[in-house]
Amino acid sequence: MSALPRAAELGLIGCHVCGLTCRTVPGDDRLDGGGHGEEMACPRCGSVLHRRKPNSYARTWALLIAGFLLYIPANVLPIMRTASLNDIDDNTIISGVVELWVKGSPDLAVIVFTASIVVPMLKFLSMGLLLLSSQRGSGWARPQRAKLYRLVEFIGYWSMLDVFVVALLTALVRFSLLSRVEPLPGVIFFGLTVVLTMLASMSFDPRLIWDGRDTDD
Amino acid sequence: MSTTSPEALLICEHCDTVYRRRTLERGEVARCARCHAELERHHALSVNALLALILTAMIVFVQANMWPIVTLGLSGQYSGTTLWGMIITMWQQQAQVVAVLAAFTLFFFPMAKMLSLGWLLWFARRGRRAPGFVPLMVGLHYLGPWTMSEVFVLGALVAIVKAHNYFDVVADPGIYAYAALTLLITIFAGVDLRQLWELTPEDPA
Ligand SMILES: [Zn+2]
Repeated sequence: MSALPRAAELGLIGCHVCGLTCRTVPGDDRLDGGGHGEEMACPRCGSVLHRRKPNSYARTWALLIAGFLLYIPANVLPIMRTASLNDIDDNTIISGVVELWVKGSPDLAVIVFTASIVVPMLKFLSMGLLLLSSQRGSGWARPQRAKLYRLVEFIGYWSMLDVFVVALLTALVRFSLLSRVEPLPGVIFFGLTVVLTMLASMSFDPRLIWDGRDTDD
Repeated sequence: MSTTSPEALLICEHCDTVYRRRTLERGEVARCARCHAELERHHALSVNALLALILTAMIVFVQANMWPIVTLGLSGQYSGTTLWGMIITMWQQQAQVVAVLAAFTLFFFPMAKMLSLGWLLWFARRGRRAPGFVPLMVGLHYLGPWTMSEVFVLGALVAIVKAHNYFDVVADPGIYAYAALTLLITIFAGVDLRQLWELTPEDPA
């Protein structure tokens, strides 16, 4: 046993929902998804106990790929139409960033670029990396990978920024013929991308990073 | 180890490492030696202080939702909106998905979070478990990151700057209420609500 014992080695299991330390019966494989049809519940909050989030790899991959597929139309399709008396202008995520930049708000342009482009791309790349390395049981850079996961989890929901910008501008710019803003399908794809990537990072179990070959501790 | 009771142990949520629990000093944060995730933190705020914060947040939330957020002016015409005005407009403009997302992440989820916390803390003040304690605590765990008021405040700022190039922009009281709400949410983000499980003893069945 190493200096830092892990729950399974001690016959313990931590409830994912309330954090209670529960004792398990040795050799009980129900918690590993042994498929006996019955499940063990946390005595404190009643949630089903799992050593690892169920089907973590399959679920995370599915949600991540679905999110990535929707991210393509989210970027290609316009998210917002601004219409005035003499012209109609369709904006994509990128053209919205460029507009902020050239109209003299480079700081906000950077914020929107980060929330709409950098964060989603970082999520796709990081989650893909975490999934592949953990599935191979890799011992490479475990503390850094654990940190990367916590970062992805923490910043993920800020991507909703552009969705709220479009929604607010649509509600505000309502000057009949003079000036109007309408949402376009890109914003719907983008909103769904954010939800799917959030679900993906929630489905991933960071404990998997530390499973597999113990090479570095 | 076999003599230690499970309550005296703490399991890191991020890597499953087991620790013996110890009493934390004021302001101290216990971190996992293996993955460096936060294990537990000392809470400077009492239950009463948390309850006061939640009640303040509720009042500010009502104002943030009732008052208009921003008003735009263009050649003598004015157009403003509240949060619900925005949600309804998105619904009417064929962006029902966005309307539903906004309604839940900016209204229903934050409201559910505040109401259940207020309810739980009200009873926790007297060291008791509120009726419905267990399902509410489980519900709060799942609500987790699905409240986005702070993202909306930043979004409103971006929208104001964008609109500023074409319209006269008047920031309405709603946006200030939202800013105050963000501050309160930030304070609450540092509170580990799981302490309520230990703070209140289980009622003898
Ligand atoms: Zn850890």
